[in-house]
Amino acid sequence: MPGWSEFAGADYDVGAHDGLGRTGRGGEAVTVMISLRDVSKHFPSSSGNAVNDLSLDINEGELAVLVGPSGCGKTTTMRMINRLIEPSSGEIFVGGSDVMKQDPVMLRRGIGYVIQSVGLLPHRTIEQNIATVPQLLGWDEQRIGARVRELTALLDLDDELLRRYPGELSGGQRQRVGVARALAVDPPVMLMDEPFAAVDPIIRARLQDQFLDIQRRLRKTIVFVTHDIDEAIKLADRIAILNIGAKVEQYAPPEEILRAPASDFVSRFVGAERGLKRLALISVADVEIEPGPVVQRTASQDEARRAMREAGTEWVVVLEGEKLLGWIDWWMMEGGRDVAAVEPREFAAIVTPGSSLRTALDIIVQSRTHVAVVVDNDNGYQGIVTLDRLTAELRP
Amino acid sequence: MTVIAEPFIQWSWIFAHGHEMWTYTLQHLVLTVVPVVAGLAISLPLGILAQRHRRLYNPVIWIAGFLYTIPSLALFVLLIPLTGLSLTPVEIALTTYTLLILIRNIVTGIDEVPAEVVDAATGMGLTRRQTLWRVQIPLAMPAIMAGVRVATVSTIGLVTVGAIIGRGGLGQFITDGLQILFTTEILLGAVLSVLLAVLADAGLLGLQRLITPWTRKALAGATS
Repeated sequence: MPGWSEFAGADYDVGAHDGLGRTGRGGEAVTVMISLRDVSKHFPSSSGNAVNDLSLDINEGELAVLVGPSGCGKTTTMRMINRLIEPSSGEIFVGGSDVMKQDPVMLRRGIGYVIQSVGLLPHRTIEQNIATVPQLLGWDEQRIGARVRELTALLDLDDELLRRYPGELSGGQRQRVGVARALAVDPPVMLMDEPFAAVDPIIRARLQDQFLDIQRRLRKTIVFVTHDIDEAIKLADRIAILNIGAKVEQYAPPEEILRAPASDFVSRFVGAERGLKRLALISVADVEIEPGPVVQRTASQDEARRAMREAGTEWVVVLEGEKLLGWIDWWMMEGGRDVAAVEPREFAAIVTPGSSLRTALDIIVQSRTHVAVVVDNDNGYQGIVTLDRLTAELRP
Repeated sequence: MTVIAEPFIQWSWIFAHGHEMWTYTLQHLVLTVVPVVAGLAISLPLGILAQRHRRLYNPVIWIAGFLYTIPSLALFVLLIPLTGLSLTPVEIALTTYTLLILIRNIVTGIDEVPAEVVDAATGMGLTRRQTLWRVQIPLAMPAIMAGVRVATVSTIGLVTVGAIIGRGGLGQFITDGLQILFTTEILLGAVLSVLLAVLADAGLLGLQRLITPWTRKALAGATS
């Protein structure tokens, strides 16, 4: 088989997309990376428009999830961005340039592409699969080899897999190779069509976590299509909920969609357990942690009883300096014993500032004290989260 | 009835004609390879075209099928006014016989390449031509090679018949043997022709495995 480079343009720099006059990194100012303007798509075989007058902006470095029922036009929308489907009308800009004015082949080489069934080339080894686009772009062997090794490390793939064929890999491994292949030339933009749908739920959750971790580091601009609202909530910086004809019902961060669904359609689509789904998105560090009833190990019985009375509880947290020792209740001190004379009970479960409020709620409903105790990584006491605090957080 | 008094097979005659056996076998091989390769050269563009433009498929298959139904001997004879009495009409006729099976297998092979693989290839920025030659044709190879094997085996059989109007190949033993009703020679030609067909088939299967290593590996991976 001949080398893959003969059709490639000379050193095509897919990173050259900064034609937008962006206003600084890290600030609030954001650059729009992908822009759809009044885009429609009509298929000759159907009566209505698959995509009807859609306008949508996707910010640089954001993961935007297009979610909606099957047939809503989400995949069609995604496929128009790299011109696998040509729009009937409207304009699409990627990195500031009109995709309709670009050579579709070169456009696609600059955009990472991952599909549900992965679509690895079965007759080429894993290494050759990952190297597909670099070879098309005419990279030299050495650069390709280095990049392949970089990507296998990034996606936690075994080097030994590189010489195998896709048919020899597990579903989860294939999905990761698919992502590695899409990242090969470090494209600023990636399109992903249900990339984790074909694997079982446990593997899917693991792939999602790993992918999120990678995305936090790489900050690609990603258009991600799924029909799974939970996947959307978990991964998205911004979710576009699409109705039939790719009508945008709401386009907002997941937290906002759960807190304030813009229409009945969105409410229905988001489904039951909206409160729990929202709690899963908020971390303990994001809410006000209450100090709670606290005494030092050296405190007297009176001090402990006063702390309980003030907090309206029948128990008190016992600390040694900053460190959490446990808790004691009113009855354990009977007979006039001081705090130091009582062995504090350990909290059955604790949370850290990074835990989600959903985890905190789980602990609250299961614990004897009906609070979730927050500690930092060194077991340093931070405070407590109460049910009242969670309820207040969910109130619109 | 002196013929019957002779032994059915005269081994001494066979051992005395080793040189002809070798020459005729090589001729037979060349007479087979030429129409198969020519058939492939015609079928590949036609098959690709028919696969891509579906409305061409039926006419192409109809013509190839029509050619296939003409009895070989009749076609050999019909071509003689154009080519003279030689092996050329045989080779032309045999080429036309390979078309049906080759075109059909090429189209089926390309059809069976998973749509998502083609989609992924296009989405990564392979041109249509690159997708065809680097993805579709390699993945259609098992089906194409299956067609080549059938075409080769049937051509080996028909080359034997071709010896009736031209000279050369293992059919020579049979036509010569028939003229003097010499069973040893007739049987030798038939047996060597069958042997050649079996060996050619096995050789092509080996070649197919060699050029499609992923099919073996995938199978091994699926069972382990």
